[in-house]
Amino acid sequence: MAGVPLDIQLLNLCAALLLLLSFAMLSQRRIVNLVNLLALQGTVLFIATLLIAWRTRQPHLYLSAVLTLALKVMLLPYLLHRLIRRLEVYWDAEPLLNISGTMLIGVLIVVFSFGLAQPISALASTATRNAIGIAVAVVLLSFLTMITRRKAMSQVVGFLSMENGLFFGAMSATYGMPMVVEFGVALDVLVAVLVLGIFFFQIREQFDSLDLHHLESLREDASSRRSE
Amino acid sequence: MEFLLLLGSPLAGAAVLAVLGARRFAPELNIAFSLVTFLAACALTVHVVSAGTLTFARDQFFIDAFNVFLVTLTALVGLTTAVFSRPYMRVEMEHGRVRAPQLRLYHSMYQLFMTTMLVALTTNNMGLLWVAMEAATLSTVLLVTLYRTGASLEAGWKYFVLCGVGIAQALFGTILLYFAAEHVLGAEGVSALLWTHLNGVKGQLEPKVLSLAFVFLLVGYGTKVGLAPLHNWLPDAHAEGPTPISAVLSGLLLNVALYAVVRCKVLVEGSLHSALPAQMLMGFGLLSVVLAAFFLWRQRDIKRLFAYSSIEHMGIITFAFGMGGAVANFAALLHMTVHSLTKSAIFFTAGHAAQKSGSQLMDHIRGLITLSPTIGWGLMMGSLAILGVPPFGVFASEFLILTTAMREQPWATPILLTALAVAFAAIFGRVQPMVFGETTAKRLPHPPALLPVFLHLSLVLALGLYIPPYLADWYRAAARLIGGG
Amino acid sequence: MRPIEIITQLLELVVALAAAPLFVGWINQCRAWLQNRSAPSVWLPYRNIRKLFHKDAVIAEGASRLFRLAPYIVFAAMVVAAGIIPSMGTRLPLTQVADAIALVGLLATARVFMSLAAMDTGTAFGTLGARREMMVGFLAEPALLMVIFVASLISATTALPAITEHLATQTLGLYPSLAFTAVAFLMVLLAENARIPVDNPATHLELTMIHEATLLEYSARHLALMEWASALKLFNYACIGFALFIPWGVSTRGSAPVALLASIPLLALKLAAAGALLAVIEMVSAKLRVFRAPEFLATAFLFAVLGLLVHLLLGA
Repeated sequence: MAGVPLDIQLLNLCAALLLLLSFAMLSQRRIVNLVNLLALQGTVLFIATLLIAWRTRQPHLYLSAVLTLALKVMLLPYLLHRLIRRLEVYWDAEPLLNISGTMLIGVLIVVFSFGLAQPISALASTATRNAIGIAVAVVLLSFLTMITRRKAMSQVVGFLSMENGLFFGAMSATYGMPMVVEFGVALDVLVAVLVLGIFFFQIREQFDSLDLHHLESLREDASSRRSE
Repeated sequence: MEFLLLLGSPLAGAAVLAVLGARRFAPELNIAFSLVTFLAACALTVHVVSAGTLTFARDQFFIDAFNVFLVTLTALVGLTTAVFSRPYMRVEMEHGRVRAPQLRLYHSMYQLFMTTMLVALTTNNMGLLWVAMEAATLSTVLLVTLYRTGASLEAGWKYFVLCGVGIAQALFGTILLYFAAEHVLGAEGVSALLWTHLNGVKGQLEPKVLSLAFVFLLVGYGTKVGLAPLHNWLPDAHAEGPTPISAVLSGLLLNVALYAVVRCKVLVEGSLHSALPAQMLMGFGLLSVVLAAFFLWRQRDIKRLFAYSSIEHMGIITFAFGMGGAVANFAALLHMTVHSLTKSAIFFTAGHAAQKSGSQLMDHIRGLITLSPTIGWGLMMGSLAILGVPPFGVFASEFLILTTAMREQPWATPILLTALAVAFAAIFGRVQPMVFGETTAKRLPHPPALLPVFLHLSLVLALGLYIPPYLADWYRAAARLIGGG
Repeated sequence: MRPIEIITQLLELVVALAAAPLFVGWINQCRAWLQNRSAPSVWLPYRNIRKLFHKDAVIAEGASRLFRLAPYIVFAAMVVAAGIIPSMGTRLPLTQVADAIALVGLLATARVFMSLAAMDTGTAFGTLGARREMMVGFLAEPALLMVIFVASLISATTALPAITEHLATQTLGLYPSLAFTAVAFLMVLLAENARIPVDNPATHLELTMIHEATLLEYSARHLALMEWASALKLFNYACIGFALFIPWGVSTRGSAPVALLASIPLLALKLAAAGALLAVIEMVSAKLRVFRAPEFLATAFLFAVLGLLVHLLLGA
């Protein structure tokens, strides 16, 4: 570690924090805490983008950082909190696998992601190439979060966390994507959350609950088909 | 200028219909905007045929031999579906399954969906391609849940989650692609993601990264094509959404997603010089064909039946693109065209048939010929067409694919033949009692739209008998572009 | 063996034996201050131990020789452990006997004998305590080993003094791996030493006890030795934490003998701060339900593994 400049140390710290936050999300049952952790992830991403922007002297990355701050730290958590309040869903049901088991699988996933990202890290020329493996790990951990949840809201948070991981991956591998693409992606994410908000109301109206258990009845030989 | 009209018309339509979509003349407005889009597409086609590959907006958009016919096809099917949707939605309103505010959402989202698909087809920027594909998913999610029943909400949720997660994989693949491109093209910002630029330097792109990128891109966009084992959302979304949406999903969205896959395949094959992309496409394609053929037997809902048929045909097309080479690519492109036309025609008739009988279950639909000969014959002809009976166009393309397979991949031929035979038996066995026999159908309050059905079927018939030279040249040029084999 | 080494070793042993009860007393005092009540004297644990030594031992009827021997074995294990941990100097002759992993084994030996002795009397509460103690220990040991493993990886050795020397002489910087490992170690410390949130040391309700339940049957000199051993265990854990994470101030190889003297007030300072921290943690946390303890320890293990992964993969 001798002689590693401060900003690289800080970037490594950001990467480690992202990993920690993903694991924290894996173990949380209160949905409000999940959304707060998502906001924290966004903050760490914001700081990391700022550091990279400062290091590589690329002005468009400052813009990207501001976009991240506005969208991922402020707007999206605000929308999600509002949804939680109006839908009154505060707790998730017991996850499918017990928490200790999920954590162990999470550790295996991290090792696997690093193996997967090895060839890319070897080729990257950025200073943060080691963090690509962490980005892949965050994506896969969010995927695990989505699978082991029962409430629709927690799955959405997992999905958004996956987007965060992809953003960090883009940041550490290629110092971000072209601005036009980043805008498009940000817009897509925002619209997705809005659509989901509408969707949740429809689900709640129909089933009086956001438990996804109710959404598992369509089968191949569905005999309970409505006929109109 | 035609290009601006092409993209601007549906976008304007979405905006206008967001306000006026619940009025009595909204369906006519919908048809009008779709007509304008179609005419712009035709004009653009003529322009491209005479002038060669065109680019717009500083290389951000481009039209070449591959996507020009897809653009026209999309615009055509968009138009005819809008024509079909007019009486169909009127009947749905009469039956009380949908109310006026939902119609506003329906019409504006329909036009928005057309916009996103046209953007996806014409964009040069791989990142924008991703954005457009995701936007296409988002614009149709709320349409799938239009009827607000429990089953449709479940279908919409599955659609959203599965396609969302899949598309996230595609984003990662795009990031990897950008990563590889940056090394060669430099970080010039936007131009590193342009397909035409990448196509020029594809030999220099790092193979390891590209093979990883292709896996993610195939899994991601393949989810939207409906390739097994990622197809779970498809039957539900087709069955639970309104029939015009089933028609455009089957006829258009699957094509556009496959287009994205093939564009990526061209890049990756140029870099890898190995058979990996081809083998992956062939594998997924065959798996889809076999899985769909066997699932066809268990279906009891008419729209689910034809949804699985879509999966099967997309599998055949993917397999053909995997084989590569002039003949297979030609056949695949032809199949994309005729499948799109036939499947949408089938969905049109199936939609009206379900309305007449009051249920989507095939056991409840009987004897369509007695009460409404046009719908009955339409369904019968459409089914025969999709099953590959000559002289319809599907026969021609399937024949070409099978003969190429026998020559180049003989191990796959028995699998394909068996699957096709199984599908034939399943579909024909179901359609026969629906069309003939004692009827349970009722009269519809509004006369059904039958012009689109017969327009599509006659086009398919025409393509089966005779492909005009300019069309054949198109296909050949596109086939050369795709390469491989 | 040079004289300085012998002096260091003896000094460590004496300081450990003498200061351990004071450490416990200091933590109790901090906790009382935080709870806004007047504290007992910091010398109270000494007076307790002295009082217990003067009493007559009462042994249960069915107890075997193991019951009588266990306190001595446990106490001896703790003393040897105290001799191995470099709290004041890294030149310790005893460390040739055991490295960091063997240290964990020593602590495990003590725990095993304590549990066996608790079960020896055949009472319900003794067995209850023994089983719970073993469960906590069984889950805490991998976490502790992982913490030591990370430190060993960074310093390329498993001998604790060598680890301390290496970490003390490294350049200052942000080490996320050590940060994660430190959190893991803190959690293991709380679990193994029967602190809130895993166990309440001041409880009198037998059904909620983990560690205390194993001591229920002891009296007089046996109880004194066990109490002293518990205090030594906490002292040892604190010193392991200092050796791994706050190694500065320990007199290293090649430094003057006066550095040894200077390390004593530094150690006192570190202990005071650690005691205050422990008291604060005890104040802020609520005791976990017993069946949640495995989750707590799984989180500790996870932190340690995260530290390992971050070190291996980021090089930080």
